[in-house]
Amino acid sequence: MSTAVTEEQIEQVVVESLESFGADPEQISRKATLEQLDIDSLDLAELSQIVQERFDVELKGSDVAEVKTVDDAIKLISTSV
Amino acid sequence: MSAASEHEGCALVTGASRGIGAAIAGGLAADGWSIGVNFRSDESSAASTVERIQASGGRALAVRADVTAPEEVERLFGTVEDAFGKVLVLVNNAGVRSDDLAVSLGDSEWDQVIDTNLTAAFRVTRRALQTMIRERFGRVVNVASIIGPRANVGQSNYAAAKAGLIAMTKTIAIEVARRGVTVNAIAPGLIETDLTAELDGKLLAAVPARRAGTPEDVAACACFLASEEAGYVTGSTLFVDGGLSA
Repeated sequence: MSTAVTEEQIEQVVVESLESFGADPEQISRKATLEQLDIDSLDLAELSQIVQERFDVELKGSDVAEVKTVDDAIKLISTSV
Repeated sequence: MSAASEHEGCALVTGASRGIGAAIAGGLAADGWSIGVNFRSDESSAASTVERIQASGGRALAVRADVTAPEEVERLFGTVEDAFGKVLVLVNNAGVRSDDLAVSLGDSEWDQVIDTNLTAAFRVTRRALQTMIRERFGRVVNVASIIGPRANVGQSNYAAAKAGLIAMTKTIAIEVARRGVTVNAIAPGLIETDLTAELDGKLLAAVPARRAGTPEDVAACACFLASEEAGYVTGSTLFVDGGLSA
């Protein structure tokens, strides 16, 4: 399914996930930092699980650790699918 | 058996064919949980555990798996989830002993005890947490020992594993606390089981309660830690030892 995944689909999954982790929907933007959204490493681990289920892609922990913004997360997933 | 309301999801108890594990399985079943009764080799005892639970109106399934084998852990979870749904309570009880003085303890005896009592508990916990954090609820109960916090001649491997289990409990507890998942340890003292059959004597005289504990004494504590009411208890170690470590 990897070839059929669009960046819009990825963004939707990331935004829905961040909201489920408790981030303020009004604060979520591509430029927002995870720190501003109060997203921690456990949230990112859960996001990795969700991404694996939805897009069948396994993110490397070392790459996930580099994610600082919502945009970083979307780009990491986009380049991995 | 109580008329406890049934829960969504289920409980998985490793090493549940006999002794403390079997008692915990029975206790959790009485509290309304469907139980995955894991065992490695003693199929007839595991079947007896399941029969006792079913005879009391509970639901249980015996599942053979060696928790030191990663692929068997995955299969264990798959089988239990297919039967009863998500594993929301995990009791890491599977444990072995292989005693000798450190000066003559072999590498294989060291590795076997660390693998089963510590590494396997980590592996099973990691798998369970992946579901629990998504569910925003989970209970992990690690059956440790007073050996670890206390010394005991001939058990350097066992003590290292059980002390490690308590340390692991604390750190994982704070990692997942905000997801409604609690992780606690129980440290039984001298309990009447197959594992401790030849241990009593002098040790029993040192127990302030002047008796060995029963598997049911330990099970009652596990049931509390698994309960909704224990939601604010995490990272703790509950000593069930008749005052031995006081």
